[in-house]
Amino acid sequence: MQPKETNAQTRRKPKSGLFRLREDIPSGLYNALGFIIPAVLIFLWWLVTYLGLVKPLFLPSPVAVLAEGWRQVTEGILLADASVSFYRITVGWLAATVVAVPVGILMGNFQIIEGSLGPLISTMRYMPVVALIPLSILWAGIGDAQKILILFLGTFFQQALMIMDNVKNIDMNLIRAGQTLGFSNSEILRRVILPAASPGIWDTFRITIGWTWTYLVVAELVAASDGLGRRIMDAQRYLATDTILFGTLFIGVLGLLTDYAFNKSGLRFFRWNSDKR
Amino acid sequence: MTKNATMPRIKVDAVGKIFGRGPQAVQAIKRIDLDVHENEFVSIVGTSGCGKSTLLNMIGGLDEPTSGDILIDGTPVDGPGRNRGFVFQSYSLFEWMTVQGNIRFALEKSNFGKAEKDELVAHFVQAVGLSGFENAYPKQLSGGMRQRVAIARALVYKPSILLMDEPFGALDAQTRGMMQELLLKIWEDHKVTVLFVTHDVDEAIFLADRVIVLCSSPGLVKRTVDIELERPRAFDIVTTAKFGEYKRDIMADIREETLKVMAMEKHNES
Repeated sequence: MQPKETNAQTRRKPKSGLFRLREDIPSGLYNALGFIIPAVLIFLWWLVTYLGLVKPLFLPSPVAVLAEGWRQVTEGILLADASVSFYRITVGWLAATVVAVPVGILMGNFQIIEGSLGPLISTMRYMPVVALIPLSILWAGIGDAQKILILFLGTFFQQALMIMDNVKNIDMNLIRAGQTLGFSNSEILRRVILPAASPGIWDTFRITIGWTWTYLVVAELVAASDGLGRRIMDAQRYLATDTILFGTLFIGVLGLLTDYAFNKSGLRFFRWNSDKR
Repeated sequence: MTKNATMPRIKVDAVGKIFGRGPQAVQAIKRIDLDVHENEFVSIVGTSGCGKSTLLNMIGGLDEPTSGDILIDGTPVDGPGRNRGFVFQSYSLFEWMTVQGNIRFALEKSNFGKAEKDELVAHFVQAVGLSGFENAYPKQLSGGMRQRVAIARALVYKPSILLMDEPFGALDAQTRGMMQELLLKIWEDHKVTVLFVTHDVDEAIFLADRVIVLCSSPGLVKRTVDIELERPRAFDIVTTAKFGEYKRDIMADIREETLKVMAMEKHNES
């Protein structure tokens, strides 16, 4: 009997499973990994440049990139670039959102509008925005309006379709419940459909503003004298790879921060959507 | 009882329902005639696809019959109305409102004064056993508690009819039993006509004065069984011989219908 019992005991010992399907791992480890992996990559980057395996022209060292960043900070370029880009992103994204929210909500609720606009928008969203730069200059000139137009075009179509889906995803019986309680269509739209879809729509906001950030370089590709994207395109002319790398990483960090801000504020706005007490 | 006592609360008169048109048309209900009287509790059972939910939706005014008429107190149904309350299987609570908020929302279109509304909300929170959870949000509640909110929301504006579409279908067996007892108590206290759709034969018998068994597609009434079990009913009534007889008869009917559907499916395949 004795050996059998020990056998059972060893079998009951939990398997050390960091790779079990869909199982939780310790949260400390989970959070740490998010820092460890980038840190390892930066270390490898540093190592490669330190050992001189790659010419600085092709891959400047992390230190050189940071130094470039510091130069931009002290000379005031970075703040000027970031604020003008931030302005364009905000206006471009807001313009897209102001149109996409009503269009998406109407498409999600009324088949006649989905039928009318759906195929058109689905086609437009595959348009390469870069190819529209010449036209955008003809239409909107070479000022901020053109940059904002590009950001709008890059964001709007996807956003409208996603908001349509957010609205469609709500339980049909919520609408029916509203009807049985005697509410009119417009009341149900405002007081049932909109709040029910709002967490999903907020998440769409978070995702689409990320896309707006990725269109920044495209927007500032032509006829811009300032902006984070412009700085990168200028650096290309002088093969200033440290400027290119710093600019790219900086846009990534700003995008991440925007994402975080939307995420946190969403949790605050929609506390009812959390199942924790 | 000022009204004609013989006038049924709900009259389903030769109602048929076809979804779609042309070659894709599906006949969900062939012809159903049904009278439900004031304060009666009627269960509707049948195989899936027999049209029982469709029938309930039409009585609720959420769907229109293709033929025939539905009358509530002698008046034809024209869309949803506040003489009927509806409870769905999926709870369908407004998750951005608290328990109290959900129930109060249902009173918005009523002509009660503010004090009266407060009183009604408080009364129904208590009647469904949710005292202490007034300010909780639906996502913080268990399935059974959510469905209690839905029941309170459907009754608070004092409809004369309560329509329930498999309301306990998503609950575990223990919770379901408790909810059935709670529903009977509410029904006895508040006197309302209940039409209850379920596929659970035990549940149908335990709750109802009358069980309507529907044929498989297209919908027809196969049989009506009067349940002559005394009230108030306790949970152990399901172990009595009489209950067993009802159950055997109804299950035999449903089994027959299920076999018909299976034979039809086989026929369509070959």
